[in-house]
Amino acid sequence: MSDESNRPIATPEQRADAIEIVLRRKGEMPETFVEDFTDHAEEEWVTDNGARMVARAWVDPEFRARMLADGKAAAKEMGFEFPEHHRQLVVLENTKDIHNVIVCTLCSCTAYTIIGAAPDWYKDIDYRARVVRESRTVLREMGLDLPQTTEIRVWDTTADHRYMVLPLQPPATIGWPEEKLAKIVTQDAMIGASRLEKVEG
Amino acid sequence: MDGIHDLGGKQGFGRVQYPSPPHEETWEPLIRALSAFAIRKHTYNMDEFRHAIERMAPRHYLAAPYYERHLTAVATLLVEKDVVTREELEALVTGAFPLAGPIGPGRLPAPPQSFAIGETVRVKNEFVPGHVRCPAYIRGKTGVVVGVSPLYPFPDASGHSMQAPMEPTYDVRFRSRDLWPDSCDDALNHVGVFQSYLEKAEGR
Repeated sequence: MSDESNRPIATPEQRADAIEIVLRRKGEMPETFVEDFTDHAEEEWVTDNGARMVARAWVDPEFRARMLADGKAAAKEMGFEFPEHHRQLVVLENTKDIHNVIVCTLCSCTAYTIIGAAPDWYKDIDYRARVVRESRTVLREMGLDLPQTTEIRVWDTTADHRYMVLPLQPPATIGWPEEKLAKIVTQDAMIGASRLEKVEG
Repeated sequence: MDGIHDLGGKQGFGRVQYPSPPHEETWEPLIRALSAFAIRKHTYNMDEFRHAIERMAPRHYLAAPYYERHLTAVATLLVEKDVVTREELEALVTGAFPLAGPIGPGRLPAPPQSFAIGETVRVKNEFVPGHVRCPAYIRGKTGVVVGVSPLYPFPDASGHSMQAPMEPTYDVRFRSRDLWPDSCDDALNHVGVFQSYLEKAEGR
């Protein structure tokens, strides 16, 4: 790549460092901000948060009802946080016959404090372009071959509410304790790229 | 704007690389933190940030990894907000420091209106030159309102540093075959559509 002057573009490492220097010198960015922010993001905004919500919804019908009515309130109840602009968390319930899948066609928005930082495939231009129009084909290519009778619902994250999928609990895991259930819930299942029914006891 | 970022329904793309091949993150976490700092300082808002990404040259946008798009948007906005000059940024690196293209005018919301759950609505056939959160694949299309969201700042204004009135979005459900007749998999497509982007569907 080059810019309009046809000079080679500086490496992203150099450009990122340049922005850091500018924000320190002119933006009053504290010395420790980058390290503190990165540690916080990596420790607190993890897939395990959403997984624990799902596991709790599977064992606690009252929590499940609260989570489906107001996902953000349910998440806050468990101590999880949201950035200022995420005003709502909409929880989409998978059933035997309904499969929900999330995308952001315009950029790559996700509920990252709840399901963790978006995986690369979710940010991929091929996924963003295709899943709204060829959902069944794309999911099959990704290993999820849904029966023709399954209704697919595709959710495009165009506004500042965020979505997460509440997967169907695998039958083999009925009766498991919440902590053990949380370990089988994957980020991909909370985006809708996979389902968990085949998990064995 | 009808930018390269508006990818939904575009054809010719290939298989999704799934699962994602692992790669080592080096400068990416730094950019994530720097962008978060600028947002927290209210140097710019999320709509301005998204619009800066949208204004990248299409070739650069498509070739750039996800966090390089963030990098370019942060740098562009720091220049536009007079935190730093382009020359000062370039002096800190070896080579070019590409920024996004210039920003045009934003717009204010449409006069207030409201839609009921269950109502059939049409997405206005609008061609907005600035920031807009209406994907092109629903433009002019008809769907059914199935939900209403909390109020958000109107992005077409807030993406242009304008005072942004608050308005709801409607969860509008479309049938894929109404969006792409004879050329799609059967599905229901849900899109969060700002109130100003919608009109009553009667009389058609």
